[in-house]
Parts: sequence; structure tokens; C-alpha cells
Amino acid sequence: MDFNQPAGTNLFDNARVIGKPTPRIDGPLKTTGTAPYAYERHDVAPDAAYGYILGAAIAKGRISAMNVAEARRAPGVVAIVAAPDVAPVGKGMGNVAPLFGGSDVAHYHQAIAVVVAETFEQARAAAALIRVDYDRTPGAFDLARAAPHAGAEEQDDGAGDGGDPQSQQTPKRIGDFADAFAAAPVKVDATYTTPDESHAMIEPHATIAGWDGDKLTLWTSNQMIAWSKSSMAKILGIAEENVRLDSPYIGGGFGSKLFVRADAVCAALAAKEAGRPVKIALQRPLIANNTAHRHATIQRIRLGAGRDGRITAIAHECWSGNLDGQSGEDGTAQTPVLYAGANRLVASRVTHLDLPEGNAMRAPGEAVGHLALEVAMDELAEATGMDPVALRLANEPTGEVPGKPGTRYSERNLTRCLTEGAERFGWARRNARPGAVRDGRWLVGMGVAAGYRGAPTQKSAARVRLEADGLLVVETDMTDIGTGSYTIIAQTAAETMGLPLDRVSVRLGDSAFPAAAGSGGQWGAASSTAGVYAACVALRRKIGEQLGFAADDATFADGRITAGDRSWALTDAGAQVAEDGIAFGDFQKGYDLGTYAGHFAEVAVDAFTGVTRIRRMLAVCDAGRILNPMSARSQVIGAMVMAAGGALMEELVVDTRFGLFVNHDLAGYEVPVHLDIPHQEVVFLDTVDPVSTPLKAKGVGELGICGPGAAIANAIYNATGIRVREYPLTLDKYLDQLPQVA
Amino acid sequence: MAFNTTRRAMLAGSGAAVALTQAPGAHAQSTGAGGGTPPSSMPVSFTVNGTAAELELDTRVTLLDALREHLELTGTKKGCDHGQCGACTVMVNGTRINSCLSLAVQHQGDEITTIEGLGTPEDLHPMQAAFVKHDGYQCGYCTPGQICSAVATLAEIRAGIPSHVQGDITAAPVFNAAELRERMSGNICRCGAYSNIVEAITEVANSDLGAA
Repeated sequence: MDFNQPAGTNLFDNARVIGKPTPRIDGPLKTTGTAPYAYERHDVAPDAAYGYILGAAIAKGRISAMNVAEARRAPGVVAIVAAPDVAPVGKGMGNVAPLFGGSDVAHYHQAIAVVVAETFEQARAAAALIRVDYDRTPGAFDLARAAPHAGAEEQDDGAGDGGDPQSQQTPKRIGDFADAFAAAPVKVDATYTTPDESHAMIEPHATIAGWDGDKLTLWTSNQMIAWSKSSMAKILGIAEENVRLDSPYIGGGFGSKLFVRADAVCAALAAKEAGRPVKIALQRPLIANNTAHRHATIQRIRLGAGRDGRITAIAHECWSGNLDGQSGEDGTAQTPVLYAGANRLVASRVTHLDLPEGNAMRAPGEAVGHLALEVAMDELAEATGMDPVALRLANEPTGEVPGKPGTRYSERNLTRCLTEGAERFGWARRNARPGAVRDGRWLVGMGVAAGYRGAPTQKSAARVRLEADGLLVVETDMTDIGTGSYTIIAQTAAETMGLPLDRVSVRLGDSAFPAAAGSGGQWGAASSTAGVYAACVALRRKIGEQLGFAADDATFADGRITAGDRSWALTDAGAQVAEDGIAFGDFQKGYDLGTYAGHFAEVAVDAFTGVTRIRRMLAVCDAGRILNPMSARSQVIGAMVMAAGGALMEELVVDTRFGLFVNHDLAGYEVPVHLDIPHQEVVFLDTVDPVSTPLKAKGVGELGICGPGAAIANAIYNATGIRVREYPLTLDKYLDQLPQVA
Repeated sequence: MAFNTTRRAMLAGSGAAVALTQAPGAHAQSTGAGGGTPPSSMPVSFTVNGTAAELELDTRVTLLDALREHLELTGTKKGCDHGQCGACTVMVNGTRINSCLSLAVQHQGDEITTIEGLGTPEDLHPMQAAFVKHDGYQCGYCTPGQICSAVATLAEIRAGIPSHVQGDITAAPVFNAAELRERMSGNICRCGAYSNIVEAITEVANSDLGAA
């Protein structure tokens, strides 16, 4: 099915299943521990041997000698694959450094050997017996030093202009920022830093690999099955049709499992060497440095405005680093879209670093971009003496997207998000004077931030099979990483075929199924349900051809089909199979497809100790038709939790001498726990976006992390009068500036 | 044991020696990890969800891996293997523990309850049903640990075990959201379902109180 124009009125406008709060259909399996995750497939690989990966102990250099003799003699050892004995494997999508092979070390904890043994304990013990000598070479590990011009004045002089206009690194200019900023009566010029962050999903990267002749099967934990199937073929230099991935359940990803990682590659190589299936889970202390992380950023924002708060000049420059010196964290992503302003500059500059590779983590770019832009807006509100909500409303664009000439908004209701959110949150009670509200020993403050996250679409296919007994089976390689895919896909198929939800069975994550959009970039829900809809429409037409009616004019409801004055049972044509997908046309390029939110937070800061506690959080979201308000709400509250982590505690600490993230486990890398998170409130506006998909739906899973961190930071300022621009906002950065305790 | 060994091998060997002195029933077969001889193993028997299990285990096997790899009860999850995430929470003789921090051979005669022992997809435990109803999970990987911890948390409050958030630790603890959040903070949910988890546990706590 080609989606070449905005959707008209269709069956989803009178939905009976879609849009209704629906408990997850996979819930009984997940809550009883019977949903099988990658490392748990005793059913498919009962004889799997255990693999254990050894990570490089240097950040950059070369392995000069690796002695595996003692490890090879250790009890239970079946095989050892040593990187120096293997040519570097190819690079798949998203891989900056090769995942295995060769003597060169590109980053700390890069996989350099894998030990296979009869038991996990034997493999682990033997891995500790491998002796490695290295030639260490110096590297660049400190972003501030690698990007010495970060935040510097000369960055608006055109330096770096003239490159590839599609490149992330080429500055985008509209109007004359420098002159407009110089002339503006009110100015904000501030630089913010965000640290490296770890996805820290609770299921480690894990794979069971088994070979049957030339054919490789990976029972793995992966968000993007089709990408990773083709990547795996490229990495190993084998034919794509000889690779199968199966990921029915994925214990969290957040971007970390978008691409093939060392667990899959090492398991495949080791299984070949061992001549039997091998299972590997990355040990937790390896994950932060072996896999990818969100890049640290330095972001400078300049806002020039009139005394009425209207922005006349806006510049957002971002610096980040990566092994390839090219793929960075673009904190400016939301800036062309959110606010009006005639004179604009955005630039995202990426420098070379020898730290482990940076890559996408939930809302790459925007998640940290809001931590800068939306705090700068708070600073502008104070500079103009305006209320922060009113300031944002004053800068609502009219017409085209201000930073993307020729592009229209498909649907945008940010002002409703902010005004309805302010009403619901009791924003009017906020005292604009910082440090003025006390509740016993607590300093109390409120903050607001706008949120934007793009809502891209991706082609997505599915197969639907109506069985003779009326059960509908949906098969697609779409993944459910906690997002609720199983349920919204079942809802879509039930709606389209006129069946109750319990007559739909959904099978996901197997590369043998038609290729879906996968779980990434907030496109999964909207795209994959559109693909399932397309397959169901094909099935309806097939049934119509068999029974002699025009399916597109017929009504499918309650297990029956009605066309004119004729009626059939859905099963009257017997068992039927259809396959189709959705492909999104170029017309979408004329639009900015985005999602919006108003985020509000109330915090209390202990006047004595500086401890910050979040008291309340609210998100009002504008994200098109909400397919399942229950799982969508969970996506948003979960993202708000991760945003709270980014604002208050999360930081991979760089050892700039040795080039590694020091706190590489879940004790050292702090993420929010129960006690850090209050009751959270989410409101979805009743909006639809016909430009997006036939279901008029968009994603929400990343919208929820775009803004809440800034709302928390702004609330801390409102509570204390202290503006910290270096994330995370840990108390050591402001304790000495707290107001005098009476 | 060779004396020109690495420091790592020495530590591993020392660990094995300690295990031997503390486990007189062990089948002593090795004094070091690098000697090419099989590791020490010993028999252990305990019950899991009411069913007797008799195992002959490498003494290094954690309770978590005994469950997951030897008994194939994979409902108990391995998130960190270091007692940092809580995904491996099970109940031993009614008390919740991180099963990754405990060796299987320490559990001779113990009664172990895992997520599989609480309910089944067809017959959910009230806590499991409440998690489904309140969407107290997303990816599902920390979920069995959260649910085991939640069941044990309510029992701990009922038993009068105090917590950090009580104003007076000599008073009986009460059911409220602050108590639940404090007591559940050893179970990390990276998907961030905390707000819903507290609602799920509160519903079960209230129905328990109503029934009492």
C-alpha cells in the first residue's frame, strides 16, 4: 500500500479497538517469567556452550601478544577465539569500530577474545587466564580539549560553512544572526554541558548463535531485525539469506540494540569454532565501554529578543565527539522547529575522540538538546520578566517551520499542551521569584519546558493469516522492546478485520517474517501498525475476491462481513493469507512530522543538604491518534523517568588519562530508582495527524524524554535561584550557593 | 599450583581454596583454576516452588544460575550479576534476596520461591494480575524481580520490619507510597514503570488489608 496523500476519513475514525486503553496481550507471559528472552532459549539450543568475552584493557593501541595457552588448558574449555588470530570483521550499520578481530584496539573493552566452555563458570574463569600485552598509544579522551572552540565567540563567523549541505556538521543559517543578536534589546548567551550516558537496559546484550551448515541463526536481543540481518551478513561476509535473527522479547534497548553488537558477532564466530551453539550475554561491567553510549555535548545557545519576548535571533551550536569524528549527538535537532525567529543559526560539530563509540540513545539529539534550549528559554523568560509559559506562547511560529523553509507543520498543538498543562498543574501558583517558596526544610520550585520530537515514518510490512477457525495470525519482524507493539498490532488487526482482540495472535521479531519498521526513532508504533493495516486490507480484498464483494466498501465487524445487503461470516472463504506493507510517499517531505509536549515539574531542594526530590511531573502530549493510551502512557512516564535521570544523576565518568568510562556498572552508573520518582501524570490531546499514517498516529516513546529534564532544571532554579548549566545537576555543583538557612 | 602464575590466577585459586575449607562435603578435585583439572563440585538439595531439586553443582554456581541454567527456570532474570539491579530477586524461606549474590550450595534444605511459583499465565497471582492491570512493566525483564520484591515487601511491612523512611523506627510501619518506593528501590526498572508499579502494589496491599 502506498501512502501518497494525507489520510481521509477511514475506519479508525470510528474505532472500537484502536484507541482504547488495553492491557498488554503479552502481560501474562511477562509477569509470570514465561516470556523467553534471548539467553533463555533452552528450547532451541539445549546443548549450547557458554561464551565469555574478554574486553581490551586499553583505550587505544595494539595487542602485542596474547597468550591463551593456560586458558585453553582450563577445565571445560571448548574453544577460544582470539582477536589477533582473526581478520577484523566487517562493519555493519551503526558500527564505528569493528566488533571483533585484528590486533588493533579502537576503544576500551573492545572484545579481544571469546572463551567457550561447557559452563558459564568455566568460561569466566578461563577468560581470566588469558594474558595480554599491549602497546598503548595516546588518544583523545576529553571533549572539552578536543573541541577547544566549543562555546567560543568566533563560531558564528562562518567557519565550517560551505560543506555538504546534508552534513550534520554544516551550519544552517537563515537571515543574519550576528547583526540581529547584536541589536536585540534582551539577550541570553549561555553554554550547557551534558555528559556521556549509558542506555543501561536491564537485559544485557545477549545472543545464542547456532550454525546449520552455512546457515546461521541468532536468537538475540535486537531492535531492528532487518537492518541487523543484513548487517550480520556484511560483518561475517556471508550471504544475507543465510542469516536468521529471532528476537521475540527484548529486555529494553533504548537504542543500544539498534545495531549488531559484540555478543552476536562473538557468539557466531565462537559457535563456528566450537561446532555447536554458543550463548553469550555481555557481562554488565563490559556493557558501557564495549557497546555504544549517548555522546556528551557542549551546547551554546544565544537568544536575542525584544522586550516583548519575541525572539529575533536564535543560535544553537553543539559540539560532540566520536571515534569516527563524524557521527555525533545533534543537540540542535529541535531548534529549527520549536520557536519563531527571523535570524537563525544552528550547527552541530563533531570532533574525533578515542572513547568507546557514541551512538543513538532514546531521542538522540533532542533529549539533550532540550536540556540546553529549554533552560535558555527559562533564562530568557527571566531576562524579559515574562512568565515562561507566556514566553513560549509568544514565540509560537505561524506558517512555515521557521528553521526549515518550504516545510509546513503537519499538525502542531504546542500551545494547547502548554496552556492546558499550566491549568492542570496549577502553574498560576508558581512564585516567579526564585528561592521564595519554603515548605519546612525544603525549597520548592516549579519548572516548565516545551517538548518536540520528530515523528518519522519507515516502510513496514506484515503477513496476516486467517485460519479456518477464525483465528487471525499476524507475522512481522517488528519488535516489542517494551513499547507495546504486540498489543497495538493486535488492536490494528482486530479493528481492520472486525475481530475481538482475543482472536488475534501476534508473532514478532523473526527475520523470516516480512520486514517491518523496527523499534527506533519513535517510528515503530505508527509505521508498523500502518504496515499491519496494509496487510489486513490485502486480506480483506482477497476474501472479497473469493466471495464476490468489493472489500473496500464492505464492513468487517463482529466476525462478520457486510457488503450492501449481503452478509458473510469472516471465515466463509476459508483459510486465507495475505502479505503487504506500507510505503510512505514523498509528499511527507513537505511537512515537518513532529510530536509536541508541555512538560511540568515541581521539585523540592533540601535547604540544608541540597538533596533534590521531584514532587510532581506532568506531560501533556500532542502525538496524533494514541493507539493504546495505556501503553502509550507507560512510554511517556518511562521516558520522563529517564529524563529525570539525565537531569539529576546519570553520567558516564570519563577517565581522561586512560580513556574509559569508569563507572561501568549499575552501581556506579546511577539511574532513577523507585524512591526518585513520584506519581506521574500524562495527558494526551485528542488530536490526529492525517499526514502521518492511515491510522493518523505518531510515536510517543521519545517525546517523553524531550523536555522533562529541562523542566526539572528550571524548577531547581525556581526553588533555589541557582542556575547550574553542567548536567547532571548533582548537589556538589550548587550546595555552596544555597540560600543561607535562617 | 605454579608459583609463576598471574595475580588473577592466584586470586581465583585462593577463592577456590576458601570454598573448599568452608564446604567439607565438597568433592575436592582442584586447587587452582588453571591446572586443567575439573572444578570443585558438591551436591545440594533444596525445594523450588515446592518441588524438590537435587543438584551436583560447581561450587561457583550462583543460586541465580542454578535456577536459570540448571533447572531452566528462566523467569528469574540476570541483569547485572552483581547485586545492583534486583532482576534476580527470589524468596528464600520467605525472605527476598538477590539470587546472583548467593552461591547455590549455600542453600541446602532451603525453600525457594521464584516468579514461576507465584502464578501462571492462566492463573495469575494477585500481584501479577495487578501489574498487568496497571501496566507496571514495559520490556518485562525486571518484572519478575519487581513482583517477587513486591510480594516480599508487603510481607515485610506486615511483619513490622522498619525502613529508612519511617519517622519512628520503633513504630509499626504503615502501607503508603513512600514506604513502597523506599522498600522497592533495590529493583531497577530502566523502562521507568515505577509510578505504575506503586499503583499495582498499592492495589494489592489495599485488598490484602480489606481481606484481613
